[in-house]
Amino acid sequence: MARIKYQPINLGRWLVWGGTALLMIALPLILTAGFTLTLLSQIGVGIIFALSYNMLLGQGGMLSFGHAVYSGLGAYFTVHAINLIGKGGFYFPITLMPLIGGVAGMVFGVIFGYVTTKKSGTTFAMISLGIGEMVFACSLMFPGFFGGEAGVSTNRVIGTAFLGITYGPSLQVYYLIVAWALACMAAMFAWTQTPLGRMANAVRDNPERAEFVGYDTHMVRFLTLVLSSFFAGIAGGLSCINYEIVTAENVGALRSAGVLMATFLGGAGFFFGPIIGSVVFFFMVTAVGAITKAWAFYLGLLFLLMVLYAPGGFASLIVMHVPVIKARLMRRLWLPYAAAIATGMVLLSGVVGMVEITYHYSLEADTAPEMALFGLAFKVTDGAPWAVACALLLGGLVISRLAWRAVGRAWTEIVHALQQRQST
Amino acid sequence: MNAAIELKGVTKSFGNTAIIRGVDLAVPKGERHAIIGPNGAGKSTLFNLISGRYPVSGGDILLNGASIAGLKPFEINRKGLSRSFQVTNIFPRMSVFENLRCAVLWPLGYKYSFWHRLGGLKDANARAEQMMESIGLKGRRDTSAGVLSYAEQRALEIGITIAGGAEVILLDEPTAGMSRTETADAVELIRKVSQGKTLIMVEHDMGVVFDLADKISVLVYGEVIASDRPQMIRGNQAVQEAYLGTESH
Repeated sequence: MARIKYQPINLGRWLVWGGTALLMIALPLILTAGFTLTLLSQIGVGIIFALSYNMLLGQGGMLSFGHAVYSGLGAYFTVHAINLIGKGGFYFPITLMPLIGGVAGMVFGVIFGYVTTKKSGTTFAMISLGIGEMVFACSLMFPGFFGGEAGVSTNRVIGTAFLGITYGPSLQVYYLIVAWALACMAAMFAWTQTPLGRMANAVRDNPERAEFVGYDTHMVRFLTLVLSSFFAGIAGGLSCINYEIVTAENVGALRSAGVLMATFLGGAGFFFGPIIGSVVFFFMVTAVGAITKAWAFYLGLLFLLMVLYAPGGFASLIVMHVPVIKARLMRRLWLPYAAAIATGMVLLSGVVGMVEITYHYSLEADTAPEMALFGLAFKVTDGAPWAVACALLLGGLVISRLAWRAVGRAWTEIVHALQQRQST
Repeated sequence: MNAAIELKGVTKSFGNTAIIRGVDLAVPKGERHAIIGPNGAGKSTLFNLISGRYPVSGGDILLNGASIAGLKPFEINRKGLSRSFQVTNIFPRMSVFENLRCAVLWPLGYKYSFWHRLGGLKDANARAEQMMESIGLKGRRDTSAGVLSYAEQRALEIGITIAGGAEVILLDEPTAGMSRTETADAVELIRKVSQGKTLIMVEHDMGVVFDLADKISVLVYGEVIASDRPQMIRGNQAVQEAYLGTESH
């Protein structure tokens, strides 16, 4: 028998991990816009949260509508722990504080997960939704713990500074998030390469067969959820340190829906999908949100388009190009892609124009009809801006259709060429 | 009593319909036992009862002398009984190698481990590779199981069933839908891998049955009407009438 090649160390993988780490460390030094650090911190926490969610959705085939329960409760336990430390109740370094969130998340994973993971599919989704609502309702029933509508706030600068690290400046918090994010990414990736991780895939693909090779599918799902809620709790603990406040929103349905969107946008079928998804999601929420009130509309539109045309997420769009690059056929795609992007820009400007003008019109038509868009100043009460936006929208639709047809033709040719190469 | 599998008055009804109407059957260790019978006789149902897919309505099933009636499929599997399915039942999104490795993890004691690295499990990897060679799918190691040809999927189905090293193996129509040459290959494969084990199989192809089986049981309308050596079954009048007479070819 030929010697089996185990492949734990490969150069590509090290490059990707090292590059990611370097990027996360260097980004705040390169980008210095006002909200950059806020955004990067959100993304860092979001990556842990979304990867933990994907242990369920992507790897275990469990569609959860209540994952924020675990991160949120993790955040609540962290905030109370920090406050206790502040009062001198006990000592625990802030650096390791996310562990408290993780353990809390895991404990609730054990309690709720045992019930939710009894069934998979729709039943699991419905129960997770119910538990999410239940915990959210508890936040109003137990104001002592959840802090009522105001939430619980804290001060992360406690204890003696270690090597000058006080976690006062948000840059220090950012690097704390980076360190935890990298550790959690590595741990969750490692999990996919373990017997339990593999059997989670098996249970996702064919639960019946998994039972007939000796595995209790309930137990596989349960353990997967418990580990996933541990990482979710770490994300919750970090967000608590980052914002110094935890409110009922942290356990709410909106947060659960957000992580589902981020994971799906990035691509649940790939380990790195949720990482991309978090970047895109928080870019839409924070960066686009800083510019326009209509950010949620654009996020919804993006989500809709991805579900319709790229259900595998951004990760699948990247991965589908790998064989094309290897076969040196990318040159056939550049021109159609350039056309698609150019025409897409026209269409996008039409969409943005319509949305922004409509927003402005409905909110401020009487008081301040003047607005500026793409460097142009105009009044929303005039007809011309509407006509221009409408023309861009319709014209953009027509020409992007043509461009996408060209993209489609190029891809058909490439797939054909790849198949021919494979068969020869 | 050295029966690997023993059925005692096993019955199964779905609603008011009795599918299995009191089956008594004992298969000694190391025997290759075939179950034949016309369509709808309850052969697959019998397998589903033995393997724990359905609970029995009455009677008892013993595996190596201990009752397994009412246990879940994974519990029965852990006691050393493994089965294949009539409709291919594999992990379609995983590679051939991964399919086989999944089948050996529990028997090798890795259970729900999240502290072992799969790549470092020398025994599991070696066993999966070895099984892949036995079922002739070495060249398809990293192919997704879902895109294999039908015959290859059937071979993988058998591979998953036996990879764990179970002592009692149930094969549900292992050669169904195969061409003549594919069937011949499958028979050789089954003969090879069932060496020294207890094999029970449901099979429609009489050539395969008479070629492989040490003993044949004939199931008609949920009852075993005969259980004997192949040549005796061939000459059995009741069997001729109930089954072979109408379906022989």
